[in-house]
Order: sequence, then C-alpha cells, then structure tokens
Amino acid sequence: MTEAPLPVDPPFRISMLVYDRRYRSMTFQVIVFILVMALCWWLISNTIQNLAALGKDFNFGFLFQRAGYDISQRPIPYTSDDTHLRATFVGLLNTLIVSVLGCVAATILGVAIGVARLSKSWLFARLMTVYVEIFRNIPLLLWILIIYAIFTEVMPPPSAYRGDDPAWSMILFDNVALTNRYTAIPSLGMTNDPGSLDLGARITVNWATIAFLVAIIGGWFLRDMILKRAQAIQDRTGHRPTTWWINLSVMTVPSLLLIWYFGLHLMSPELKGFNFGGGLNVHNSLVVLWLALTLYTGAFIAEIVRGGILAISHGQSEAAFALGLPPNRTMNLVILPQALRVIIPPLISQYLNLMKNSSLAIAASYMDLRATLGGTTLNQTGRELESMVLMMLIYLALSLVISAGMNMFNRRVRLKER
Amino acid sequence: MKKTAFLGTIAVAGMAAGMGFADTLSDVKARGVLNCGVNTGLVGFAAPDANGNWAGFDIDLCKAIAAAVLGDPSKVKYVPTTGQTRFTALSSGEVDVLARNSTWTFSRDTDLKLDFAGVNYYDGQGFMVPKDLGVTSVKELSGATICIQTGTTTELNLADYFKANGLEYQPVNIDSNAEGEQQYMAGACDAYTTDISGLAATRAAFADPENHVILPEVISKEPLGPAVRHGDNNWGDIVRWTLNALIAAEEYGVTSKNIEELVKSSNNPEIQRLLGVTDNLGAMIGLDKDWAKRAIQASGNYGEIFAANIGEQTPIGLARGLNAQWKEGGLLYAQPFR
Amino acid sequence: MGKTSAAFVRETMLPPEPPPMRERGVVKWLHENLFPTPVSTVLTVLGVLIIWFLVDHFYAWFAHSVWNASSLPECREIIAATWGEGASGACFAVIRERWNQYVFGFYPPDLYWRATMTFGMLFVALAPILFSESREIRRIVLVVASVLTLLSMMELNAPGVWMGFAVLVFLGALTLAERRAGWLLIFSALYPLLGVWLLWGGSVWGPAMVLAGFGLGWLAFVLVGRISPVLAAAVAILAALLFWTLLAREVAQFAGWLLPLSIRAVASDQFGGFLLSITIGVAGIALSLPLGIVLALARRSDMFLVTSLAVIFIEFIRGVPLITLLFVASLLLNYFLPPGTNFDIILRVIIMVTLFAAAYMAEVIRGGLAALPRGQYEAADSLGLDYWKAQRLIILPQALKISIPGIVSTFIGMFKDTTLVTFVGLYEPLKSISDAVRNNIAWKGIYWEPFIFSGAIFFIICFSMSRYSMYLERRLQRDHR
Repeated sequence: MTEAPLPVDPPFRISMLVYDRRYRSMTFQVIVFILVMALCWWLISNTIQNLAALGKDFNFGFLFQRAGYDISQRPIPYTSDDTHLRATFVGLLNTLIVSVLGCVAATILGVAIGVARLSKSWLFARLMTVYVEIFRNIPLLLWILIIYAIFTEVMPPPSAYRGDDPAWSMILFDNVALTNRYTAIPSLGMTNDPGSLDLGARITVNWATIAFLVAIIGGWFLRDMILKRAQAIQDRTGHRPTTWWINLSVMTVPSLLLIWYFGLHLMSPELKGFNFGGGLNVHNSLVVLWLALTLYTGAFIAEIVRGGILAISHGQSEAAFALGLPPNRTMNLVILPQALRVIIPPLISQYLNLMKNSSLAIAASYMDLRATLGGTTLNQTGRELESMVLMMLIYLALSLVISAGMNMFNRRVRLKER
Repeated sequence: MKKTAFLGTIAVAGMAAGMGFADTLSDVKARGVLNCGVNTGLVGFAAPDANGNWAGFDIDLCKAIAAAVLGDPSKVKYVPTTGQTRFTALSSGEVDVLARNSTWTFSRDTDLKLDFAGVNYYDGQGFMVPKDLGVTSVKELSGATICIQTGTTTELNLADYFKANGLEYQPVNIDSNAEGEQQYMAGACDAYTTDISGLAATRAAFADPENHVILPEVISKEPLGPAVRHGDNNWGDIVRWTLNALIAAEEYGVTSKNIEELVKSSNNPEIQRLLGVTDNLGAMIGLDKDWAKRAIQASGNYGEIFAANIGEQTPIGLARGLNAQWKEGGLLYAQPFR
Repeated sequence: MGKTSAAFVRETMLPPEPPPMRERGVVKWLHENLFPTPVSTVLTVLGVLIIWFLVDHFYAWFAHSVWNASSLPECREIIAATWGEGASGACFAVIRERWNQYVFGFYPPDLYWRATMTFGMLFVALAPILFSESREIRRIVLVVASVLTLLSMMELNAPGVWMGFAVLVFLGALTLAERRAGWLLIFSALYPLLGVWLLWGGSVWGPAMVLAGFGLGWLAFVLVGRISPVLAAAVAILAALLFWTLLAREVAQFAGWLLPLSIRAVASDQFGGFLLSITIGVAGIALSLPLGIVLALARRSDMFLVTSLAVIFIEFIRGVPLITLLFVASLLLNYFLPPGTNFDIILRVIIMVTLFAAAYMAEVIRGGLAALPRGQYEAADSLGLDYWKAQRLIILPQALKISIPGIVSTFIGMFKDTTLVTFVGLYEPLKSISDAVRNNIAWKGIYWEPFIFSGAIFFIICFSMSRYSMYLERRLQRDHR
C-alpha cells in the first residue's frame, strides 16, 4: 500500500475567494455586509438631504412641549397642559390595558370554544364552527366598526334614563347603566380614606389598594405554606390534616377586615347633567375594542386549541378512560397539559397579533399609542419622522418583551424529553 | 418567475420617479397635470360622487389653478388626504397644492414649512347640538360629551376654550367626519364640534336638519386656505393670485357668463388688466396673459363657486357672512391687480 | 338415543328484532349527537337559544329588505308602507345602486371589463402553482373562471377584440392545462406584467421593456455563464439594470412611435373597493414570495452575518403593526428616497405590504424548510450538488410545496389587512367607500347593509381560500406518508 501524500494547503490565490468553499462564504458575507451598509448609508443620507431641503431637524424636543389636546381614556391623570411625552405614555398605557384584557379574554373564549367545537353536541359544535369561520375570515376592522355601531345604535343615550318615566332603567338593582357612551358601574367609596402614595409625576396609588394587594398576595403565600406543610405531614404520617377552612380564612379574612376598616362601599352612578357621575364610567371605546379583539383573536385561538387537542393521540384519552378518569378530569389532567406544548407557540404569536391589532383602536375612538403619539401628536407637531420612529420602537420593544416572556413560560411547560 | 415581478416593479418605480420639486411650475407643466390634495370626503368642499367625479368648493379652486397654469380645468389629479397625511403629502411633493380646508396657523406656516397662499374661506369653530337638549350656549355644555375629530386644530381649540371658561367635558376622539356624524346622530355625544361650515354641511345631510341647532358661540378663528410648500415663491404667487383673481372677479362683476363679452367690450381698466386685455400680468408669474380669464372660466368667480357648492341655494345653505366682499362688510379683499 | 324431553325445539331462526327505539333512526341520531351527556344537552339547548335569538332579531330585518329604492328615506317609506309603521328592514338598495363603487372604486365604468378580465386571468396564472395537485380541480377552476369572466365581460360591454383575446387565453390555458400544465408557468411569469398593463393601461411598450430587460439579463447570463456562474449573475443583473435605467425609456418611446399600441391609461387614484384590495393583496403576495424565500434561506444559512441580518429584518417587521408600516409608506418613504423622488401611493403601499408579507412568508417557508427530512439535504450533498443547485433542484421545490397552505393563510391575513389602507386615504371597500357613499345625502346613515355586503365578499374570498388550503394540507400530508 502506498501512502497517500499529506494534503498540503495550496498557496492562497485571489480567485480562491470565489471558488474555494472555505473563503467563499466569507467573501459573500463581506459583499452582503457592504451592500447592506451601502443601502443604510443611502437611506440615511437621503433622509438627511430631505430633512435639510425641508428645513427640518431630527430631535425629540417636541415631546416636552405642551400637548394641548384631551384624551378620553386616562389611566393616569392627564390634562391638555401636559406634555406630548405624557400623552404618549397615556396612549401606551391604553394600548397595554386593552392588550392585556384582550389576551386574557381571548384565551378564555378561545379555549372554551376550541373545546366546545369538539363537544358531542352536534348542534353546538356546528354553531361554534360557524362562529370561528365567520370571525376568522372577515377583517378585524369590520368587526370593530360593526361592534362600535351596535354599541352606538342599540344602546340608549344617557338622556334615556332621565325623567319620571324613563325609556330605559338601570339594571342590577339600579347599579349599572348601559349607555351608548359608556357603561356606568358603581365605584368603590371609602369612609376612612388612608390617603395615597405619591409615585411622582402625579401618579398616585391609594394606600388601601396597596393594603389589599398585600393582603391578597400574603394570603396566597400563606396558603402555599400551609399546603406545603400539609403535604409534608402527609408524607411523614400518611394522614393529611384538614386545611380547607384555614386556607379559606387566610385568603379572605384579611381582606374582609380591610373592607371593614376602610369602610368600603359601592357608590352607584347617578345621572348628573349630561352624563352619569358618582360611579365609574367604562368607556364603550374600550369595551368595543376589547370585544372585537377578543372575538377575533378568540376564533384563532379556538382553532389552535382544537388543533392542539386533536394532536394528542386518541390513545391518550383512551388510556385515561381505561384508568377510569371521568371526561372532564381526562381533559384537565391528561389532554390539556400535553396539548399545551402544541398550543403555546402559536398562542404567543396570537398574543403578539392582538397587541399589534390593537393599533386599530382609533376606529373605535380609543386613544391608544397609535392615536396619541402616531396620531394627534404627530399631526400637531408635524414631527412624522421622530414620532414614527419612536412609535415603531415602542411596538417593537413590546413585541420582544411579550415574546421573550412567553418563550420563558413555554420552556417551563415544555415536555422534558428523557 | 416571481423575481421577474419584483424587479419589474422596482423598474417601474424608477421610471415613475419624478423630478425634483424645486420648481413646481415647470414640474406641473411638464407633467401636464396638477396634483391637488383634497379632503377624503366633506360634502360641499370636496367629495367624490358615485362616478368618482370630484365636486366642491375646494375642488373648484383646484380647477381654477389648473386652468390658469395648464389651460384645462380638467387636468387635475385629486389626491385624497386624511387629516394626518395632508401636510406630509404636500411637503413630500406628492401634491402641488393642498386645498383641504386647512387652517392657517403660525406653527403650520413656520414650523411645518408650509406657505398659505391666502384664505378662501373664513371659518370658525362652532358646536352643534340637538334642539331637544335645550342648550342655547356653549357655556351650558359643562360636563357634556363632545365629539371631536382627532388631529385637527379644533381639537386644540376645544381643550383651550373649555379650560379657559372653567368647563368640564368628555371628549370622544373620532377619526373621520363620517364617524362623528354617526356618533352624534345616535346621541353618543351631546355636541359635535368642528368648523361651522362643516357643521352646516353635516346638518344639511341629516334627515331632520330642523331638529339640530348650531350654537351662537364661535370659539376660534379658522381661516381656511390653500397651502403650498415653503420656498417656492413663484408657485405660491400663482396660487395666491389665482385665488385673488377669483375674488377680484366677483368684486368687479366678472362672471363665467359675461367674461367673453367683457374681454371684448369692457373699458374698466381694472377688468382689462385682470383679464389680460391691456397689461400682461401673467408673464410676471410665468404664465400667459389669459391665465386669470381661464381661471375664472373654469367654474366662475368666487361668488359663483360659493353659490354653486355651499351657498344658500344648496342643501348646505351657508350664508356669505365673513366671506362676503369687503364692500359688503365681509373680509374678502383681493390685493389690487396692478 | 331415545326421545329427548325437550318440548320445543326451534327449527327456524327468528327474524332479528329491530334495535330498541333509542338505538335507531332519528332518535338514535338525536340521542348521540344532541343529548349524549348532561353537559351536551345543556350546550344543545344553549345552541338552540342562540339560534332562536339570532333568527328572532334578524329575520324580520332581512325579510323586509328593500332592493329597489334611490335613497334611505325612500327605503324607510317603502318598508313602512309594506310592513306597517315601525317595522325594521334592510335597505340593500344601496348595494344595488353603488355596488360598482364597492367593487371597482372609481375605475372608469366603461373599462370595468378590463379589471374583470385581469382578475379572471389571475386564475389561469395561479393554476400551475396552486392547483397543480389535481387535474380535476384545475379543470373545474379554469372552466368556471373562464365562463364567469367571459360572461361578466360580455355584461360589461367589453370590445370584441378583447373578448377574442380573452377567449384565446382561456382556451389556450384549458388546452395546456390538460396536456402540459408546466407550460402554464410561462403565462404565470408573464401575468404580473400583463396584469399591470391591463389595470393601469398605457402603452404596451412599458411592460414590454421590463420584459426585454429580463431577456437581456438572461442572455447575458447564458453568454457569460460559460466562463463563471458567479460573474454571470452579476453581469446579468448589471445588464438588466443598465438597460432599464439608460435605454428602456428611449426604446419604449421609439417603439411607441413605430407601433403605437396602447390602451387607455387609468390613474392609480381611480382604484378603489375590492379592486384595490385584491390588487394590493395579489401584488404583495407575488412580490413577497421571492423575497420571503431569500430571507428564509438567509435565516437558515450558516453564515453568521447573513443570518443576523435576516433575523433583524424579519423580527423588526413582525414586531410592528402593519398600520405603522403603511404610515411609513405614506409619510416617511419620501424621506428615505432621493430628494424629489415621488411615486404613487398605491405603489408605495404595495412596497411596504410586500416587505411586511415577506417577513411572514420567510417564517412560513422556514417552517417548510425545517419540516423537510434531513436526508434530503444529505442526499443533495452526496450527489455533489452545490448550494444553489441543491436548493433549486431538491430543497425548495419540496419545501415550497409543503409551505403552500401556510402561504395561502398568509395571503388571507394580508388580504384582510389591505383594509387598513383606509388610514392612509385610499378607498378600500370597508370604510372609505362606505364613508364616501354615506357622504351622499341619499344614503346618509346607512351602516349595516354596506358592512354586511363587503363583509360577505371578504368572507367568501377568505373562506374559500382557507378551505382550499386545508384541502391542500390534507392532500400534501397524505403524499408524505
């Protein structure tokens, strides 16, 4: 046998940049990089030239000027004297509020309908199929417009509650009034107001709220400890102590005590002048957008859930039945935990979609980020470049945060492969 | 195959790319079409009909400019702009002139780098309420819910006025006039506020206009006028003097009917100058001497345009009010043609 | 054996008893499908209640609809006269009067046939791509599309020459589809140019020059390709670009002077309604497909820089709402392009929609690439194919096929999203056209009917596409088993 000569690296030649596999990818990357950089440079230099031609500059100083416009939904105090920055923040909070509410409700609705579509009740399952198909195949904008129109046209104006013989009367023991502007619900009043904690920037949190939060979280924590202890006793002695009444009391008693201490009571809304006052007015804009996003995204989630459940092999449920588990426990203990693995990744993208779709808010008069920063502020200041850049960055950041958080959750529920 | 389409579009885009907009007049002439930014739909001012033909007060101004510059009032491309896109459309060169009932304000004139060529409608912000609300003054609207279009000067005026008068209100920020009407008609807001001309146009289209009143207070000055880009003074002059020609024509009694006759027979030196019979004023702004004549012929003088689109004979039924000639107590005052 | 003590022995078989009442016929079906468990019974009752509620609330409204009136007040009068005072009824007369605006926007009415023909031919162009799976389906789609298109063209008074052209195209397509479906791809490749020309009109030489540029590029590629494929690609691209920027306009003018073949031009601002939605949707998806493929390959490549650039682009686009991109199209694109560049808003919107769809498309195709068995890549390697040959001959054809359902659902999503162009002042069918219709005094205050009409059209288009993609999905799954 003759020994093969050791391969010797041929000396480097320029043509190897193109023909040699080892260098080719490097060459290619360098070319791509140069092209992309050239594109960026081209775009930026165009922008600079255009801005110069228009006599505009690129600065975010406008954010600190007086906004001058009012916003109908204000989670934090805001007046027209505040800055555009604060208006932007109000818009961002509104976006977050409707997105979180939407995600929660859409998940509940989606899971319910996804399961219902597999129900044995032929009629109901068909009905849910119709719902899913109708909502999935018609643009969201139409749903927002329709639901907004329903709320505007079907609900009465507040004046319908006026007079000795009003056309409409309040429901739920005179506590709730549905109008075509808002739903007036009772607000919480306190006879013994502990004052508020000032977080700066005129954002305040009532001490009572903090007390309740502490009570609830603390109660939950205690319950956890009690359960752990009970488990430990059970492991040790085989006998589980009764815990339900202790649990119930640690969860509720502190809150009840606080209610009594602060003198918490409901304050019913009353018609004062043009509008209801005294209670809490939940704007229809929020409800409409929330409903539309929920119904629309819920239809997609229902499909995901159904697909996830169907993806779990039939054998799993048969095995569960063979063990004698009733159908609902089969669903809760066997099917759903496994289906979750399949469901969660597409669910994340639905949440992201919902958040992005909430930018249609202005069609329901809801002042979200798009309507404040990307709408009125942009329009009043004429700073379209700055406003758009800032708005896109905020949305991008929100998307990245949501998907990062959800991916973390996904990693936790993922089946540990062995 | 799909790549074909992609590159093709890029190529088409490249071809469609126009020239710079430093000299709007020669651009318009080279293009043969005037790009005119208008409202997406406000009856009486600018709205497309069932066949897509635009009509309205602002539209007639576009036609007059096109007639003056290009010699043909139909050579206009109407670019519908929303409250949000209008100024960018102008500054980016997408439109040559913006005739979209836009208020002439300090910051728009300076910071947004626009030039307002004049005022074609003196407006003011008002409030409309249903009659059965029993309200007779804006001062009684404390605590009311008010519909307001976002992104307009009216939004700022409303906030300022209510604040100055110590009144409370709940805004409903709506996206378009059509939506505002819907909300208002359903009673989702107690009052609707926008320019009085807009309120009149809106009310005119109601099934029961007699049940709605426009409150007497006018809370702001809203001089509406055509805007052009800052920095092209010659083009600004053309738009300004076309508007002035329409106004002056009404002052001198020149109408689209008698214009031909006046060209031949009038011996009023002002009319002769305006219509290019004696002096050649057009040459000073880069047009021919008949420019004003064509502008007036396009849809008539200011009075005719007003009467045809928004005047008392139309469903909108606006009185001339501030928009009467200065001799009749109004504010219309065309600078002399000399 | 003696006599048995049995008193009775059955000698014939008994006829089988019918199953008990619960187990047969309607009752069985009802029992199994409507009332099998208490929960299901509750749900069934709930379902019945929902249906009853819907019928109770909306039946009268639909039943009282008026199709023949010239204004909303007239509608209401007719309803009041026929069904008594206070009766509610739909006024679909608005659709009858203004349907053309919902469908075509402000496109010149005497040219409606051109838009219709373009739309009909879209199915021919799609046939070899979407309907390549089964000959029967392809046949049905083509026949139905041809017949409907020709009938509507006739109804819309298309000129005879063009009727002839359409008949020729459809007949040719039908023949080819039966014999050599692959050849239809040539039509698919030409269709974008044909569609642009038919919709916007103008001289035929403009699109022809675009085509000539590609021809030139291909020629250069073939000629130089013998020396070096990499060089050839560069030369080909350069040649095409040079031709388009330097020569195309002059050549087109000269050709136009020599042989003035042109049809009436229609400006972009006359596009509206579903014509606009479909134009943006189809253009967006057709353009985003190649971009999406490139991005997907880039994201899966082992070159760090290329991968990161692709990831940044895809995640950026997917992280922001489409509406912000549309605002970029309408507000900012002019900042990013050389001073003075200015082109039409529809084209700008199409560019942004393309970028948007490309990011999603890239993810869909990446899924398709990932779903391909590893062995396919190894097989390609073992055959000694280089990267591009492997992608072109082995990987992409399979990956794209798997991705078709995903591509279709991306398209559905994008088609629905075209309604957002209302926020940049284009006349899409849901909001802008309805607002324009309501601007007319005759139709002030009409909401539900236009919503139902345009919603129904969206539903029909999207639903049939989603059903077709599900069918494809099932079929493709079977192929892979």
